[in-house]
Amino acid sequence: MPKYLLLKHYRGAPAAVNDVPMEKWTPEEISAHIQYMNDFAARLEETGEYAGGEALAPEGTFVRYDGPGRPPITDGPFAETKDLIAGWMVIDVDSHDRAVELAGELSAAPGAGGKPIHEWLELRPFLTMPPTVTE
Amino acid sequence: MNLRELTPSVIGILVRRGADFAAAEDAVQDALVEAVRVWPADPPRDPKGWLVTVAWRRFVDATRADAARRRREDLADQEPPAGPAAARDDTLRLYFLCAHPSLTPSSAVALTLRAVGGLSTRQIADAYLVPEATMAQRISRAKRTVADVRFDQPGDVATVLRVLYLVFNEGYSGDVDLAAEAIRLTRQLAAVIDHPEVHGLLALMLLHHARRAARTAADGSLVPLAEQDRGRWDTALIAEGVTILQTALFRDRLGEFQAQAAIAALHADAPTADETDWVQIVEWYDELAGLTDSPVVRLNRAVAVGEADGPRAGLAALAGLDGSLPRYTAVAAYLHERDGDLSTAARLYAEAATKASNLAERDHLTRQAARLNARRPH
Repeated sequence: MPKYLLLKHYRGAPAAVNDVPMEKWTPEEISAHIQYMNDFAARLEETGEYAGGEALAPEGTFVRYDGPGRPPITDGPFAETKDLIAGWMVIDVDSHDRAVELAGELSAAPGAGGKPIHEWLELRPFLTMPPTVTE
Repeated sequence: MNLRELTPSVIGILVRRGADFAAAEDAVQDALVEAVRVWPADPPRDPKGWLVTVAWRRFVDATRADAARRRREDLADQEPPAGPAAARDDTLRLYFLCAHPSLTPSSAVALTLRAVGGLSTRQIADAYLVPEATMAQRISRAKRTVADVRFDQPGDVATVLRVLYLVFNEGYSGDVDLAAEAIRLTRQLAAVIDHPEVHGLLALMLLHHARRAARTAADGSLVPLAEQDRGRWDTALIAEGVTILQTALFRDRLGEFQAQAAIAALHADAPTADETDWVQIVEWYDELAGLTDSPVVRLNRAVAVGEADGPRAGLAALAGLDGSLPRYTAVAAYLHERDGDLSTAARLYAEAATKASNLAERDHLTRQAARLNARRPH
């Protein structure tokens, strides 16, 4: 079964249709959104398609090696960086179509006014192990 | 008696008979697994004796060299049977060994849960959301780190308390309730060593555990202390925590955990949030600041000052602190809200949400911002 990474962006994805920052929603709308996300993950666990997921803090650091005997160089966070990942979910599904279907469902999570956010989610297939049968 | 409670004394007996700690610990884990399998159908009359016999057999089986085995069997013949006093000492030594200062905090936590708590590697891995193989590696590295530490070497109880506090504070996930396990291990420690800070930590845990059901709403969101349904607090745990704390305080050897427990006890004592004795809480934070000089304590103290002397005083107390402290922005937002500056408060709550270190707190702070934004035009 192919695995897919569902990426949610703080920044860097095309703008959602219902693009209102969460702190401008009502508390009830926030609760409804969180409930939708939890229900979604719970449903995938039941169908045996959920393979993991985590949320990330928005602020991170860039780090690189700076040569022998020196501490690594750190930099950032960069306000201008285009891409900022908010979190991910890994799904293990039967087909690409199923992965697209699930991403579409997740993107329908309710936001401001209780209406779907229509958020753009990024769907990335995992590279797999080579198959046993090759000819 | 809980099967796992026997773990430390059985390991102690094996070590006394000549097994090294790492091998003894493995053998006892095997015996525990066997006990879970066999006991329900065929419960032994002497559970501890059964565990010692099975664990020792496992240990001997695992020791391949005949010469070494003979030497160990000779040792076993000479060893007098371990009495209750020996079991107490062994348990305490095991706590010290598993919290040895050469171990990193995560290793000390894992080793304590396994060797003192008798949890399996899988249970510990589940609780900390890491693969079982990773946790197994962490535990075997930890055992190698303490391999040369003499078992009968005295230790510092403060390091043990830090480890137990870490276990408690991780909350709980998976099928093992880490908070309850931390309480059990602290109770067991209190039974083998008489130290006011051990009682202080136990009281602190009980007082916080008493509020656990009220801390989360049905939808999983955080409920702040002031909004908790105090009818859902566990009064038996509170009463026990207060009694333990009072006995400890009476000995007049104040420490960090006793002071924190005293603050928790004052919250527990208030029938409603409005009746909280904030003046006394500020005094305890002053004591605590004198003991630890921790910026986190001074941040919490600013909240208490805000309640005791008004939000302006709270903001003044906040002014001297480093703005990058965890929860600093959330505290500032709260104090500004109390001061009536809702737009600043809403902005700070939203900013604090981006800095939160866990999801529940982030969602809570976002809701706070949303609540204020919904009340005013924007």
